Amino acid sequence: MADDTLLAMKGLVIEATSYPPGEPPKNVTLVHGVDLTLKRGKVLGLIGESGAGKSTIGLSAMSFGRGGVRLTGGTIHLNGREIRLADAKALRSLRGREVTYVSQSAIASFNPAKQIMEQVIETSLSHGLMQKPEAEARARALFRKLGLPNPDTIGSRYPHQVSGGQLQRCMTAMALCPKPDLVIFDEPTTALDVTTQIDVLAAIKEAIRDTQVAALYITHDLAVVAQVADEIMVLRHGRMVELGETGQIITAPREDYTKALVSVRGIEHQEKPPSAPILQVQNVTARYRGTNFDVLKNISVELPPGQTLAVVGESGSGKSTLARAITGLLPPTSGRMVFNGRTLSPNLAGRTKDDLREIQMIYQMADTAMNPRQTVGTIIGRPLEFYFGLKGAERDRRVQDLLDHIEMGKGFADRYPAELSGGQKQRVCIARALAANPKLIICDEVTSALDPLVADGILKLLLNLQAEANVAYLFITHDLATVRAISDKIAVMFKGAVVRYGQKSDVLEPPFDDYTDLLLSSVPEMEVGWLEKVIAHRKMESAGN
Amino acid sequence: MRIPISALIGLTLTGMFLFVAIFAQWLAPYAVGDSSGAQWEGMSATHWLGTDTIGRDILSRLIFGAQITIFVALASSILSFSLGAFLGFTAAVQGGWIDQGLSRLVDLVMAVPSLIIALVVLTIMSPNLIVLILIMGLLDSTRVFRLSRAVAADIAVMDYVEAARLRGEKGTWVIFREILPNALSPLVAEFGLRFIFAVLFISTLSFLGLGIQPPLTDWGGMLQENKIGITQGKSAALLPAFAILSLAISVNLVADWILTRTSSLKGGRGG
Repeated sequence: MADDTLLAMKGLVIEATSYPPGEPPKNVTLVHGVDLTLKRGKVLGLIGESGAGKSTIGLSAMSFGRGGVRLTGGTIHLNGREIRLADAKALRSLRGREVTYVSQSAIASFNPAKQIMEQVIETSLSHGLMQKPEAEARARALFRKLGLPNPDTIGSRYPHQVSGGQLQRCMTAMALCPKPDLVIFDEPTTALDVTTQIDVLAAIKEAIRDTQVAALYITHDLAVVAQVADEIMVLRHGRMVELGETGQIITAPREDYTKALVSVRGIEHQEKPPSAPILQVQNVTARYRGTNFDVLKNISVELPPGQTLAVVGESGSGKSTLARAITGLLPPTSGRMVFNGRTLSPNLAGRTKDDLREIQMIYQMADTAMNPRQTVGTIIGRPLEFYFGLKGAERDRRVQDLLDHIEMGKGFADRYPAELSGGQKQRVCIARALAANPKLIICDEVTSALDPLVADGILKLLLNLQAEANVAYLFITHDLATVRAISDKIAVMFKGAVVRYGQKSDVLEPPFDDYTDLLLSSVPEMEVGWLEKVIAHRKMESAGN
Repeated sequence: MRIPISALIGLTLTGMFLFVAIFAQWLAPYAVGDSSGAQWEGMSATHWLGTDTIGRDILSRLIFGAQITIFVALASSILSFSLGAFLGFTAAVQGGWIDQGLSRLVDLVMAVPSLIIALVVLTIMSPNLIVLILIMGLLDSTRVFRLSRAVAADIAVMDYVEAARLRGEKGTWVIFREILPNALSPLVAEFGLRFIFAVLFISTLSFLGLGIQPPLTDWGGMLQENKIGITQGKSAALLPAFAILSLAISVNLVADWILTRTSSLKGGRGG
């Protein structure tokens, strides 16, 4: 084995026990014989959809399997030692010393009752690598390197006192503090806003370069991994699809699946011309009960029938609150909403059945948007029964009709949500909304929880349905690629106010205001070296800093 | 589906108790008030478990006692669950002053020990079966209310409940079609536990002389009648106590099994 090989996996097989509802537990194979080599100081990107086995493989680099997961075959050599079958004592000295881990959710990973510094240096102390003053000095140096504000004092804060992006960088500092040989980054920027993601990504990249640490970088976003990785391994269903230099994967993918990943978001949508609106939101201001802070500030937008208004912004910008105001869940304190020529009652109780029927909603998490104890037939059939009084065979026929519309076909009406895939669940939610024969559908981040290829399918379906049924969409998203793909009009929200609004071509056309510029430039592009360009270009600090 | 051995024991014993309770009239060798033997007779072929303080057959009285004890406990548990669950769900779904009002009322009732309230009410009113069931059901419904409200509050914030509201559904649909099916499993397990408490409660009341009145009998009452026998080394008082104990344990085993089974459905380990 060559000297500079840090990690070598051969024929790795990983199994797990699954507990399908109502059936006996069974063994499933998550990873089918994957080979992987990582040299010192290099970064390997692991990419794939959910269920591809990327996190499972990543964790196996420290010979660890999450609950019920077993590493059953093959070899894992780290620093020349076989670690798959290593005993608990050997593993204890290995984990947190030679290999460390950065997880997706820093907020869930930090102990809220302890100061950040104490947690960042904990592994270095417990392994006896450093004395406390030395470890603290190293942590402060890492805080500075990762671009955290007040690096000398931030360690004395508690996890809730810093922002999500900052905490993610603190966790990176925690992983780097014991001077490991290998760091496993498991979707470290996925949960962050797009503008914050850039900061964290740049910080991680710089830290990797300066400390000469090797890394496994796990993500589902090819554009993100292209910024940090030397090599990329594409995984699907626990098997390797393609392995190559980053540049080659991005520009000249060999396998069809990789090509599909690279060309995702290739949807082109012609902007429709302005016309008389079906929904008018006029000077709407709203606040939550018991607070003295306006979450919506004087919002005015219009949406013509059969068109799509995309509402974009970071988390906390008030996008979803706007949806709650329009649906009547949060009555505005001032302003009014006009729908189809009639003024909407500000609260839900005052709305007519037609008001309710004509404005439907689709949620981000299809899982929680469907009652797990109702069949697909009931979920889609209920609006038919409720609004149109359809019963029995007539209702069943219309349910099947709708299932055909969402390209799901026969045999789904009797299934429960747990028996559907993520994309199918979201399709059923779309069918439920369509069943009401609405004029406006509010889509709240409907594709954010889905894998890119599945999300693409959902967007195409929504566009087809719009062309067919002439339904308008109010499309809430933080993903600008999605916005480009489907919108006719765009409203950019920032801290509860609309900062830029108009036809898509106008909004996406320079000159930009500072915030829109920040937002637009932060969308990762499939291009090596894009990260450096955008950092140099930035005029405005991201909201997370 | 594999049933663990503890649950199997629980199911068998619970089934036996129910069978005996239902067919008491045919199974009991003697009538309930029949003084067929001498005082404190030992176990024999004519009186399998001996006789009590006035010469009545203990086996027969245990069998009739099972009928009354289980009937009263079951009826009051059903009452407490229907009432408690409905009000708990309503409070969670409606929120606002309905929730506040009901919750504070329940706090008020729970602040006073149930036994004391029951004793006061039963001293004023004549303790017949209906009054007993009503008072026990009402007092126990406060605990069911707490549980159902907590369970339903978790479910009421789910997107599918919001979707139902946005559709314009009435409260009854939300409660019975959206929330109840998802809240059922913890409630069923709780039903088993509350049933046991009801058995203990009615036994306590009868022991204190305020529960089941002669000529009817139940296990708590038998304990009271025969307690003097303990000092004379007679087993008559221990037998009903043993019956209460074994019923409580067997129902508990079943409830435990239901609880682990339903929680494993939510993604926990099967066992």
